[in-house]
Amino acid sequence: MSGDLKEGRIVVVGASLAGLRAAEALREKGFTGSLTVVGDEPHPPYDRPPLSKHVLLGNASAYSTGLPMRRDPEAEWRLGVRATGLDPVGKRVLLGDGSSLPFDRLLIATGTRARPWPVPEEAALDGVFTLRTSDDAARLAERLSAGPRRVLVIGAGFTGSEIASVCRERGLEVTVTERGPAPLVGALGGTLSKLAAAMQRAHGVDLRCGVTVTSLRGNGRFTGADLSDGTRVDADVCVVAMGAVRNVEWLADSGLAADPRGIACDAGCRAFDMYGIVTDDVFVAGDVSRFPHPLYEYQLLSLEHWRNAVDQAEVAAHNMISPGPLRRPHLSVPTFWSSQFGYNIKSVGVPTFSDEVVIAQGSLEARRLVMVYGYRGRVTAAVTVNMAKSLDYYERLIESAAPFPPPPGAADRRAAAEVPLPSDVPDPSRLSHGPTVALTGYLPDRRLVLAKPTG
Amino acid sequence: MRVVVDLTRCQGYAQCVFLAPDVFQLHGEEALLYDPAVPEDQYERVRQAAAACPVQAILVGEEVSAGVR
Ligand SMILES: Cc1cc2nc3c(=O)[nH]c(=O)nc-3n(C[C@H](O)[C@H](O)[C@H](O)COP(=O)(O)OP(=O)(O)OC[C@H]3O[C@@H](n4cnc5c(N)ncnc54)[C@H](O)[C@@H]3O)c2cc1C
Ligand code: SF4
Repeated sequence: MSGDLKEGRIVVVGASLAGLRAAEALREKGFTGSLTVVGDEPHPPYDRPPLSKHVLLGNASAYSTGLPMRRDPEAEWRLGVRATGLDPVGKRVLLGDGSSLPFDRLLIATGTRARPWPVPEEAALDGVFTLRTSDDAARLAERLSAGPRRVLVIGAGFTGSEIASVCRERGLEVTVTERGPAPLVGALGGTLSKLAAAMQRAHGVDLRCGVTVTSLRGNGRFTGADLSDGTRVDADVCVVAMGAVRNVEWLADSGLAADPRGIACDAGCRAFDMYGIVTDDVFVAGDVSRFPHPLYEYQLLSLEHWRNAVDQAEVAAHNMISPGPLRRPHLSVPTFWSSQFGYNIKSVGVPTFSDEVVIAQGSLEARRLVMVYGYRGRVTAAVTVNMAKSLDYYERLIESAAPFPPPPGAADRRAAAEVPLPSDVPDPSRLSHGPTVALTGYLPDRRLVLAKPTG
Repeated sequence: MRVVVDLTRCQGYAQCVFLAPDVFQLHGEEALLYDPAVPEDQYERVRQAAAACPVQAILVGEEVSAGVR
């Protein structure tokens, strides 16, 4: 049987990080059949994280971030072609050019796209941008190089904050608006979000929290925005950074459990159908998936993290060509990084799955610290600011469900840090930015739902 | 040749920065920035950096191009 699984036809939809790494892993693990990768962008797979950092700074071209291959997956690449539907009975992927691709096994890796500004006429103004693709980054980088008088960033999640950081580094005036109480609060909770707000202001960002943008103004060309507090921001560039939307529309009639929260799959990356029955020939990986994790009480996690796309693609590929008893679970602990305002922020675990936090090393004043997150007496996450080398230690605490607050593990732990504080994770529907980790189940004592478009 | 660094794994040891300073730079205390498109005269240095990285976070290779239609 395992011999058969290494042959046949595999189609991957989504030609980005997860799609490429899965295609490589299929070949590494001995798949000899036909492999087709479909992607609607015209470009070969490229890396997105540098787009909001190096590329916007003007240090690298938007089209220079092509992902290196670990090995040539010997695939047929159908680039610039959109998958428009899935026939699960006839086992075919329908394509935008009218043709269709038969498959024995399918991997869905269609990721997310930037959530657009909700008013189309305003979104169409010249000078209004979102940032997800290399084309977006090329246009925005060009506009930043032209030296706008002021940039307005809507939403202070990771992407919005990184863009604001780049603007300041380029000497541009920038206003950031955030509906929630502080930047990054949806991902990191209250205490670190206050540090993030202080960092932004110290670097000269005009940060406005607790407000929404009510309309974008301009006559063909963007000139400014009205805020809910009655003020007005004059700017000539606007970046809408209100989180991401999962690319699931093409699966509407597929019978799969695909909705705006993503495509539900099991820990082995197999998609569920809409009745909650697991399929055995349709797999999911990367930003478009949501999957159960035992460390987080089997709630379905949606992660918009680079490392998750890589790890999950690897597991999906393995399971696509392995018989039942040899299949593996996707259990890696979620982890991501962000760099902004000269700080390196790294996270392991799920900070939003918490009720308390404690500063375990360093301090807020020193702008170097490890914040540990706990839920009902066990360690569930840790975030470092300029202390990345400590992260592995806390990852082990999370994996072993170590008691919270954690035992002293490092020499510079301060006495003041021993008092745990509330983790202060807000309801994401009250933020302008989408959290990049969403628990799509529930916590018994808290309502956690996906952020909706905000006005 | 392209380079990508797994920045979840990178711990800012900066060996790469010493070995190929034209490609890898530290931004602030420990945030690594790098040029993903490696210029030809840097190939050898970048290969050395990839080999020297203590957490094996650096991947170098060619980008997808062949067979694209
Ligand atoms: C600006 C930016 C900065 C980031 N910075 C960080 C960071 O610092 N740290 C971090 O951990 N993560 C970061 N990320 C997130 C990281 O890039 C993503 O987690 C990663 O790209 C996910 O890969 P993926 O392959 O699952 O999805 P994607 O990269 O979204 O790729 C999906 C692909 O499928 C295509 N597609 C969609 N629908 C269809 C269809 N119907 N037919 C054919 N093709 C389709 C899409 O066009 C896209 O090319 C950042 C993302 C962005 C945009
Ligand atoms: S050598 Fe490796 S760990 Fe050190 S900075 Fe470079 S990539 Fe990061």
